[in-house]
Amino acid sequence: MSTFSLSDVAATDHLPRGGGLADKLRIARPGAAAALAWAAFGAACLVREDVGDWSRTNDVAIAAFVIAGVVLSGALAAGHLGRAGAGLRKRSPWLVALGLFLTVWELATAKFAWLPLPFFPPPQAIIEVYTDDLPKLADSAWASVKLQLGGYLIGAALGFITGVSIGWSTRIGYWVHPVLRFIGPLPATAWLPIAFFTFPSSWSASTFLIALATGFPVTVLTWSGVASVSNAYYDVARTLGARPSFLVLKVAIPAALPHVFVGLFMGLGSSFAVLVVAEMIGVKAGLGWYLQWAQGWAAYANMYAALLVMSLLCSGAITLLFKLRDRVLIWQKGVVKW
Amino acid sequence: MVTSALSQPIAYPAVGASLDIAHVSHAFEVDGAELPVLDDVSLIVEPSEFVALLGPSGCGKSTLLRLIAGLDAPRSGILREDEARIKGPHPSRVVVFQDPTLFPWRSVWDNVALGLEAQGILKSRRQRVDDVIDLVGLTGFRNAYPHQLSGGMAQRVALARALVNDPKVLVLDEPLGKLDSLTRIAMQAELVALWQRKGFTTLLVTHDVEEALVLANRVVVLSDRPARIKADIAVERPYPRHRGDPYLADLRRQILGLLGLDATW
Repeated sequence: MSTFSLSDVAATDHLPRGGGLADKLRIARPGAAAALAWAAFGAACLVREDVGDWSRTNDVAIAAFVIAGVVLSGALAAGHLGRAGAGLRKRSPWLVALGLFLTVWELATAKFAWLPLPFFPPPQAIIEVYTDDLPKLADSAWASVKLQLGGYLIGAALGFITGVSIGWSTRIGYWVHPVLRFIGPLPATAWLPIAFFTFPSSWSASTFLIALATGFPVTVLTWSGVASVSNAYYDVARTLGARPSFLVLKVAIPAALPHVFVGLFMGLGSSFAVLVVAEMIGVKAGLGWYLQWAQGWAAYANMYAALLVMSLLCSGAITLLFKLRDRVLIWQKGVVKW
Repeated sequence: MVTSALSQPIAYPAVGASLDIAHVSHAFEVDGAELPVLDDVSLIVEPSEFVALLGPSGCGKSTLLRLIAGLDAPRSGILREDEARIKGPHPSRVVVFQDPTLFPWRSVWDNVALGLEAQGILKSRRQRVDDVIDLVGLTGFRNAYPHQLSGGMAQRVALARALVNDPKVLVLDEPLGKLDSLTRIAMQAELVALWQRKGFTTLLVTHDVEEALVLANRVVVLSDRPARIKADIAVERPYPRHRGDPYLADLRRQILGLLGLDATW
């Protein structure tokens, strides 16, 4: 790996276009290695008969060769591709690693069965799920997104309002704080059995649980954010003629926002956990349910495929949250990049 | 940049208010014990006067300013602004604190506009915000965030945030205390120029004798805690004042003596 390290990439970044042939080859080296790794994956698909019955082996091989070809031509033409070329060069080391990983995976499962089947399906089995079981998988993903989004937004909004209220008003804090201490630390999943028979539908029960899992960290962090706002800000605003509503909306809340985002991030993590458990136990839709269903049929490839989709969705949700934070908290210096 | 900005005339209703501080005493409760900080302080400030309050650190100067600003109520005694009793904060009496305490989530422009926005009159007076930002010489920094500013620039923003409200009384709580000495001298000159142009009554808390003498009409020397008025000295010298002026040097020696520091002279 070290041969294609970032220092190589950085060093080649500023080379002029259309240099000598030697220069061109040197720039293309990381891309060529990536192409080689993907070609190796394609070859691994064809090197011998599969030990099992998978219908997409040839398609995967073709796709791997196509990727190898695209990467290679991209690497050779990098000087003329501008930003896309630079991006390809930057990602080449990862493309190499991915190609090698797929090659080893292919050989270890479909070709030589070093890893026990059916628990470790080969890449083509997972591709097969995406091509042949797409409608069901997409429906499940959409159901998960809807459920998660509804519960999360409700929980975040209620948590934010509760947090601001108890951070601002000692009287509200007097009543809400003990309840919060009593109920908040309870894992939301512990409510599952009760929630599923007290709520009219499993959907509303899950929404409640996701909202609960989101609401607690958002409440606590918002509250601590509001409570930790320096009195000096209030003094300044008051001498300039600010009324209490201005102090809450224009001083306390903006000052607390960095804390609020930490709460939103924590709430997102714990609500994912609740979502999956709720779908596995009570809701008859969603990726959690799909996983459960696949397990019932011993369809391991489907499980891996669903896990991959789930991971992309969760990661995407966190990316979105961080993008929102970067936009809202643009006044902060040195915010962490996700 | 600053001096040229100051030469642009802006129409201000330049009227200072008078302050009447009558027999004011105040105390804090610390661990159940009473800690007296002000002891029967009486002081009358004429409209448009520049009064410096000078005293050892921790003597209660800042407490007196908080009472004048209306942020706290005194234990006993009465404070009046133009005959009206001070019952709470009012934008006619604006404080500039030792720390600029700019709101980090607001740009320079939005920080300066804070008072007008809080009073709900920003819409009709957006031009004022621009004018005051020009006045303190930060024209190019309207959209900057506080973390991008130097200490002196941040304090200018704080000053602009106060001035945009056309205060009748400007209360300055060691506003230059944390600046480097060069910036400090420059800003002292700007402060005097602003005060002369606009005529607001100014109260400056400081523990820098030279600063008090260069800026103020009157220097009120306070005792150690609980603060009492030890001396009330008129500084009869035209502006701009020269730091090496023997008259000021003499006053300085006198004041340092009052503060118990004769040995250093």
